[in-house]
Amino acid sequence: MKSKWRISLTAAVAVVGLLAPVTVSAANAAPVEIPLWTHNGGNAAELADVNLVVKDFNASQSKYKVVVKAFPQINYNDAIVASAAANRLPCILDTDAPVVPSWVYAGYLSPLTVDKKITDKLQTSVKGIYGGKLYSAGFYDAAIALLARKSTIKEAGLRTPTTAKPWTLAEFNDALAKAKASGKFDYALSLGTGWDGEWYPYGFSPLLQSFGGDLINRKTLKTAEGSLNGTAGLAWGKWFQNLFTSGLAPKKETADQRDNGFIAGKMAYQWNGSWAAASAAKALGDDFIALPPPNLGTKAYIGGGSWQWAVSSTCANKAGANAWLQFALQTKYLVKFADDLFNLPITAEATKASKVFGPGSKYSDFATYSATFALIRPATPAYPVIAKIYETATKDIINGADVQKTLDSAVDQIDKNLKDNYYYVKKK
Amino acid sequence: MVVGKTAATPQPTQSTNFERRREVIFKIKKQNAAKRAENKTAKWLAAPGLILIGIFTILPISLALTLGFTNAQLLSPTNPDFTGLGNFKTLLGVSVVTLKAEKNNDGSCVKDDSGEIAYEPLRPLTRDDSPRKDLRGKSEFKRLFANEKECSIKVIVAGDPVFWRSLTNTFFFALIVVPVQAGLALILALLVNQRLKGRNFFRTVYFIPTLSSMVVISMLWRFMYQQDGLINKSISSFMPGYAPIDWLGNPKTAMPAIIGLSIWQAVGYHMIIWLGGLQTIPAELYEAVRMDGANKWHEFRHVTVPGLRHTFVFILITITIAALGLFVQINVLTQGGPLDSTSTLVFQSFTRGYQRQEIGYGSAISFVFFVLVLVIALIQRSMTKRLDQ
Repeated sequence: MKSKWRISLTAAVAVVGLLAPVTVSAANAAPVEIPLWTHNGGNAAELADVNLVVKDFNASQSKYKVVVKAFPQINYNDAIVASAAANRLPCILDTDAPVVPSWVYAGYLSPLTVDKKITDKLQTSVKGIYGGKLYSAGFYDAAIALLARKSTIKEAGLRTPTTAKPWTLAEFNDALAKAKASGKFDYALSLGTGWDGEWYPYGFSPLLQSFGGDLINRKTLKTAEGSLNGTAGLAWGKWFQNLFTSGLAPKKETADQRDNGFIAGKMAYQWNGSWAAASAAKALGDDFIALPPPNLGTKAYIGGGSWQWAVSSTCANKAGANAWLQFALQTKYLVKFADDLFNLPITAEATKASKVFGPGSKYSDFATYSATFALIRPATPAYPVIAKIYETATKDIINGADVQKTLDSAVDQIDKNLKDNYYYVKKK
Repeated sequence: MVVGKTAATPQPTQSTNFERRREVIFKIKKQNAAKRAENKTAKWLAAPGLILIGIFTILPISLALTLGFTNAQLLSPTNPDFTGLGNFKTLLGVSVVTLKAEKNNDGSCVKDDSGEIAYEPLRPLTRDDSPRKDLRGKSEFKRLFANEKECSIKVIVAGDPVFWRSLTNTFFFALIVVPVQAGLALILALLVNQRLKGRNFFRTVYFIPTLSSMVVISMLWRFMYQQDGLINKSISSFMPGYAPIDWLGNPKTAMPAIIGLSIWQAVGYHMIIWLGGLQTIPAELYEAVRMDGANKWHEFRHVTVPGLRHTFVFILITITIAALGLFVQINVLTQGGPLDSTSTLVFQSFTRGYQRQEIGYGSAISFVFFVLVLVIALIQRSMTKRLDQ
């Protein structure tokens, strides 16, 4: 039955295909092709959803035809930069959230003209705003939580933290110390040190921010002095370093420790993203719990911003590109991106409709954490440089370097880069 | 008319002379033409090579030099500014500063909570408003000797301490790798040059690592170097009390670990080159010394070693250049860490120029690297020239 259906469907498509040119030429308006590039060439599930949105969009109107080209994530940024240099950017492209200001500064992107009523509904963390203008919008976000076992918390006699009242620094330290003292685990905490690159600022700068520090002075965006190396930064650095020197967390996790350490019961807690929750929940069953991030001083934070969509400055059909984006931001697609791919829905309506993250559902905590604690990485074109410098500094701190000197040196390097680039203000 | 006619007709002797000369000239012309044609062919034959060298060597080097004098940034919408020697000043600038500590009444130096002498902080001296202009923008590279009597310490500050660390790491790597790899390769070559059963098998085994990609090899060695990896497990099976070392995570062992895997990967290649050298030594020479009653050592010392002079020069220079260009292992395994202990010049140039987008500065680093390699290669060449004749 099914195959018969498919055959007749194919036949129908073929017939429509044959007829289409006739009707179009009759209307005297062939659809304009709008190229779209995406980073998920290696992610079949996500690419399928992107393709679905494109297919629906192309079918919904006859003016534009979006054409998808997928790249492997590892080469994607290079492809964009190279094609920008050759002046051959596609119309629609996806970008990693913190890179958006840098690409705006480089002149790659043009502001979105999607209906404000639609973009207003989006969670702040998925909007790429620079210089007061909206340049990118995401279909989903991710959230970090402290993955744990209910039994660990119960046996240690700890209070279960809530969104309204997360663990304090003292409570968090106590929990880690008790986990280590129990002798049941190789390490009390897995911090994901087995990853390199963007995980460092994404995963660890929220801890710094929770202490009251930051990667850069967010108000002026002109110096990191006092933000990264001030009292709060120093407190973060010393606390963070102590996690490793006192053996609570491994300095450099092996791939196995990172991916399976918590699930296999070798680590008591894991600081990890929503993407890891499904496998943890599957392995731990009802014992699994995703705790809110701890409040280490001022407020609890997690990183915000995942992959987002933008329109290039050289796009010949910006109206068409924006029309596609507006079409894609419909609740039904946002729910699909969330539920199919285990990403967080980013509007109130989509969250309500989500089976995976909706109220009362199994992973609703993540959606709450994302909406409550997410802080985007500083919106400055210097971000890619700051991220690299912060990564090196954090690795040095993990490896036992003098905290104050390391942070001072990082600040000097960041400030020098800002100065060398005239604070990323375009010269007239 | 008649007069004119006779005048126009040359005398016989003159005529032959003239013709002979013409012939000679014609011959020379012909030769010249052949030579020119040959030259033309030579130029055509050299052209592809010259064009490729031009595009992929000379052009990038001159671009690097030009960019090195600017503050060019990747992804920047604004045109780079010419900054003169600015990048090179930052890169190579070094100063020494003396920091002081307060004295207690008994003449001893004031210590901080951790029991260390509490020297005045360096940072106020290196900020942009520092009273000492030569220290501005610099940071600490190394603390030298402390003067307990005066309660002072000398500190070397540099515009880019990581560059100096990378430079020392690179030289340390080359200093170990060049002799060890060349020596080990020679020993292997001597071993597999004997008339052993299955010597082709051994040759192949030693050569296999060279054929694999360095990235793949680095990934495999990462697993072997892990705390619960093959190397630690094997050591602890011999020594029960052994505490596993995190080879790549410890600043003291990271570089030696990289050296180990680098030698393992490349030794087979140089073994093959030594082997080629060994096989050019005529067997008669060995027979002759044997008849003179030489033992194995004499054979090696007076026949093998002199016979390998040319190979030695080639191997020395190629290993040195390859060692100074250390990058892939670092990029895959340690990213220059822990604590800059494995950072190298090429890795720094990549980090600054590409990852941090400071392409002007990265170019300055790579130009300095280019000059260094050139100078070292030239020194080696002039020192080995005598050997090579």
